[in-house]
Amino acid sequence: MPDSKAIFLKDATVNAADGDQRAFIRKALGGYYTNRDLQKARYRDWERARDAASLAKWSAVNDLANVLEKFTANFERNGGVVHWARDAAEARAIILKIAEDAKAKAIVKSKCMTSEEIHLNDALEKAGYGVVESDLGEFIQQLRGEAPYHFVFPCMHVKREAISELFTKHLGTAPTDSPEELTMIARRHLRQLYVDADIGITGANFLVAETGQISITENEGNARLTAALPRIHIALSGIEKVVNNLDDLSVLLPMLATAGAGQPMTCYNTLYSGPRKKGECDGPEEFHIVLLDNARTRLLSDPEQRDALHCIRCGACLNVCPIFKNIGGLAYGTTYQGPIGSVITPHLRGLKQWNHLSGASSLCGACTDACPVRIDLHHHLLHNRRNAAKESPTLFDRAFHNGFNFVIKRPWLFATGGRIFRATLPLLQKLPLPYMGAWMKTRDLPKAPSQSFRDQWKNQNV
Amino acid sequence: MSDARSDIFARIREALKVKAPKPHLKTDANPGKTSTVAKPWLPDGGETADASLTILAEQLAKLKAVLIRVPDKAAAAKAVAELSAAKNWKKVAFHGHELLRPIAASLPCETWEADASFDKQRLEGCDAGITTCESIVAQLGSILVSSATSGGRALSVLPHVHVVVAEASQVVPDLGEALALAKARHGDQMPSMLSFITGPSRTGDIERILVLGAHGPKELYLVLIG
Ligand code: SF4
Repeated sequence: MPDSKAIFLKDATVNAADGDQRAFIRKALGGYYTNRDLQKARYRDWERARDAASLAKWSAVNDLANVLEKFTANFERNGGVVHWARDAAEARAIILKIAEDAKAKAIVKSKCMTSEEIHLNDALEKAGYGVVESDLGEFIQQLRGEAPYHFVFPCMHVKREAISELFTKHLGTAPTDSPEELTMIARRHLRQLYVDADIGITGANFLVAETGQISITENEGNARLTAALPRIHIALSGIEKVVNNLDDLSVLLPMLATAGAGQPMTCYNTLYSGPRKKGECDGPEEFHIVLLDNARTRLLSDPEQRDALHCIRCGACLNVCPIFKNIGGLAYGTTYQGPIGSVITPHLRGLKQWNHLSGASSLCGACTDACPVRIDLHHHLLHNRRNAAKESPTLFDRAFHNGFNFVIKRPWLFATGGRIFRATLPLLQKLPLPYMGAWMKTRDLPKAPSQSFRDQWKNQNV
Repeated sequence: MSDARSDIFARIREALKVKAPKPHLKTDANPGKTSTVAKPWLPDGGETADASLTILAEQLAKLKAVLIRVPDKAAAAKAVAELSAAKNWKKVAFHGHELLRPIAASLPCETWEADASFDKQRLEGCDAGITTCESIVAQLGSILVSSATSGGRALSVLPHVHVVVAEASQVVPDLGEALALAKARHGDQMPSMLSFITGPSRTGDIERILVLGAHGPKELYLVLIG
């Protein structure tokens, strides 16, 4: 069993039994459901708006080479520098080189899941740079030394008492149980760090080919400050984030906010095109973008699941997922949690080690219904299960399917087997069944019916 | 060894040799000019100027931003001066714009034209920043600022309070129109930053409880003339 699977099973078992924590997560998401429904109701046709959003991403992803070429040409025309990274190591090397050339000391970051994907903080800290996360949730997770729990709400699982203790320990502030006071502590602490930082690192939510702008969505204003005050701005983005034009944003920006956080629009949606222009009083002198592949082209080459690249990382599929709500985000052990993470991680990191995530679904389809760009999430989980069974079937898979095949083609054997099974079921209920341990721990076998379905059908009085 | 750029492009071209079907759509949506095609499906931004203003007022109230409507420039100056006195501002930074200079002159405190001699440390010490804007989106309650109309990048986000002074004619119904207007106005010379500000800065990171003033302004005022 790969480690990732063993860890997943252990964490999932522990978390699912923690009723307190589950109730806390349910409560935290309660307000989201209400606000999301209120905002959705303002759409005159949410379903068609989803179609438009889906088409906007589909047309860019399926013409990726041309759209990327256009984006980078315009980005350079605006005075920015484009870097390409085939994998995580190349992306880290590029960013380290920029920092080294700039003789930087302090780096401030705003929330960027792609940087989690490439483990950027570790690399920067090892090289001796001070790195501080400025998004409140990420800042808290950085102090806790823990990965984000949810890629939109990074510390939604942490109670205020724990945050207060954390701040007392690291920042020496007085304990408080007010979320407002805790937020102000972080605000005061981070202010001077923005002013002093040499480099600001951000992600990008959309890359606009038509104008060469990048679009960043955030609520706190920390990305605004990160891209305003330091001398150098580096944006790190996956290559799939491109859209054709500004027009597409008129659908995607509001839908991202409504689906993901139940807002009409996220507080700051900012378009950046290049470093400080002539005549502008502030802004960075250099603007770099690092465009990352890191196995995205592998996902692109699977036409059946290519639409997983349409994801705008709103987090809606996590918020509605019964599995996420019960086992929590950390159990996944992935950068991207929840249904979308379970779909793409096997592509990005290997099906063999990560196929267990395809089973982390009840196939209820809540994720697919929630997705603003209509990614067929729960079917993709099935597709991954099928692909894994094809690619590297386990001994059990093979024995089971061969056996099933053999029996189902022989009706007399099927009937005899059924009779034996019905007769021995009361006995089986008392025995520990191989392969069924985890399942049986919380479940009982049903009572055996007196007749098989086929007999019942034959004997019915219609 | 080939470089990363050509490698990635080769991988993309190879991957796209197999076509993916068009997404399975529930409706008859067509690709094309998204803002026109999708406009009737998105939240309403108002058909007339009056309807837009009504929607704008509702949205701003929900966002906890404050809308102050005034008949003319003199009244705008008076409104901002009253605000300044009530909130006891000591230092106010403003964007060097003909609409804003007389307003700044009428304030009962120290004022500073931030873009004329930019200094981030000094800006950090200001109680409020006053700017103009590109346009205002009724549909979502968003105010579009840019590095050209708002004294650069930091003035509209670093001080604790942000005051926007605008003419009522700058209100547009929806996001699509605001973007089209910015494109028409700046062409391929876009300001290096364009930002839709939708309410005061906020976070829900602690137990998903809403707190205003995370890193950006805690208070947002829109003074609308006319
Ligand atoms: S898959 Fe869809 S719902 Fe999930 S994060 Fe991506 S865009 Fe949002």
